[in-house]
Amino acid sequence: MNAQTKGREGGYNCVVCIKQVPDTKKVTGEAMKPDGTINRAALPAIFNPEDQNALEAALRVKELYGGTVTAIAMGLPAACAILREALMCGADKAYLVTDRKAAGSDTLATSYILSCAVKKLNPDLVFCGRQAIDGDTAQTGPQIAEKLDFAAITYLEDIEMDGDHAIATRDIGTGVEKDRVKLPALFTVTEKFGELRPYEVRRVMKYKKAMAPVENGGVALEGDLAIGQLSCDDIGAEADRCGFAGSPTNVNKIVSVVLAGGDYKEVAPTDEGVGALVSELIADHTIG
Amino acid sequence: MLEDRTKGEVWVFAEQEEGKLSDVPRELLGKGRELAERLGVRLGAVLIGGEGVGAKLSSQLFEAGADVVHLIEDPALEVFRGKAYRHSFVELIKECSPQIVIFGATHMGRDLAPAVASALKCGLTADCTDLQIGDYTDKKCTCEDGSAKVVKDVLLQIRPAFGGNIIATIVNPYNWPQMATVREGVMKPLDPQPGRTGELVRHAAKLEGVEIPVEVLEIVRRHSSINLKGARIIVAGGAGVGSKENFKLLHDLADALGGAVGGSRAAVDLGYCEHERQIGQTGVTVRPALFISCGISGAVQHLAGMQDSAKIIAINTDKDAPIFKVAHYGIVGDLNVVIPKMIKAIKQKG
Repeated sequence: MNAQTKGREGGYNCVVCIKQVPDTKKVTGEAMKPDGTINRAALPAIFNPEDQNALEAALRVKELYGGTVTAIAMGLPAACAILREALMCGADKAYLVTDRKAAGSDTLATSYILSCAVKKLNPDLVFCGRQAIDGDTAQTGPQIAEKLDFAAITYLEDIEMDGDHAIATRDIGTGVEKDRVKLPALFTVTEKFGELRPYEVRRVMKYKKAMAPVENGGVALEGDLAIGQLSCDDIGAEADRCGFAGSPTNVNKIVSVVLAGGDYKEVAPTDEGVGALVSELIADHTIG
Repeated sequence: MLEDRTKGEVWVFAEQEEGKLSDVPRELLGKGRELAERLGVRLGAVLIGGEGVGAKLSSQLFEAGADVVHLIEDPALEVFRGKAYRHSFVELIKECSPQIVIFGATHMGRDLAPAVASALKCGLTADCTDLQIGDYTDKKCTCEDGSAKVVKDVLLQIRPAFGGNIIATIVNPYNWPQMATVREGVMKPLDPQPGRTGELVRHAAKLEGVEIPVEVLEIVRRHSSINLKGARIIVAGGAGVGSKENFKLLHDLADALGGAVGGSRAAVDLGYCEHERQIGQTGVTVRPALFISCGISGAVQHLAGMQDSAKIIAINTDKDAPIFKVAHYGIVGDLNVVIPKMIKAIKQKG
């Protein structure tokens, strides 16, 4: 990305949707209960990796073309932790969307709730991570765009601005495509975009004190230390489209992956052992 | 609109680029055939593209198992653009009321399917590894006699979640069509039946007055020489290989066997091999005749992408590594010692 392309006066209002997720890479020993189910409490809650790339995309647009960056997270009050991280990295404003009515939302209901929140902020550009590591669906971003009738660009790798358009480079699986996209537009961002910049020390000192009212006995902090808090009513989300009521998919069954096996044929790591194995594979036409 | 939605067809999205089908539509038709026969309905392939795409590809779709090809041709649909494809597809679903629509979990499928589901306000399950037809007992909803309500013959959408540590079965019994994306390489295509034919139905794109906010400026195709999905033999390495230099040993073994080289996520993250070689839930799914696993401990997400291989040989210094649980042959030892012995034996005997 370079700044040779033109931005526009006033820059761009960027919104980034971020999610707090259990670190599924750390599912090992102590994170599994004796019955084979996952002990979520034993897993650290982290800033979803590709949402960090999405934040980086928004921060780069702001850096090169001016404007603002607002981070939104939907979830429990604990999700304020990643909103603070976003502020420490350079986001100007953060909002937590939290509501009991949102519990049990599948991607359709989640994208509906987030689209209501995004709409209130009237953005030019919306950035989401391609997918979250707990569900790996990659559905929420494109669904927010559909609901807002924004252009949707998935698998974003690079972006430049040109007035009321973005020039987006995206991975299409079989190659790379360059698009000219009319704003407002939503982008889902992959790790190829580049890592999120480190915290700024000055901002860490300041924003570690940022809080949403729910963390502070219902009282909003003064000034820019306030993390905004939005309920479904605040964003005009209809109750029957949120949470369980607004989710067409149902989980019918969950089975933990338990590896049975173990009855393999042992082969000695010697010339004889390996030689006999190769002979066996040749004899049954697996090789040769 | 169909009155009785259970009579609706089973559809697969026959994605094409530059007038060519990848393996994905054939894989989907293989599974779609099974679902349609179980339900006693027709199997449709939805083909969307520029002028002439129907003449070029319909016969291939019939030979791969489709009973009907629903064709939408329009110059505005020449290259994939999410909003245009979504709009035409949504109109087609409203017109024909299919009961099931499945897409490949490709870049295109994962762009289009969520937008279609969002527009129709129906459910969508991502990245399924299996699809079945079965009954769903809705415990939240009871009949007059107090028993739980049973919905017959719904699509059971089976997928790994939580980093591959659990397998979930998802249903969307009420908001139809039932939609899912399916992982590449997981479903088996049918053997092509030359001369098999079916009904070709043309539909209008219905794009009048629809503003498309995206202009495609340029497409640069990647022509990767790495073809893991098509390989009969795969030699794959993990963190235990230790270095990029040691990975050359795996290439030597693959060369001796006429196979391809793959890697676990750890090997890719450590820079031992290219991203295109990644095998597992977030990489490619493979089922070769022979899979030789070298220095891979066997995280669930990796096993999800290779455990259906016909024969698995695991080489690892740790006898307790989970990879041995899916292996047919296990060699507890140092791959730097074992692989040269293997190459030597192949050269002597092969």
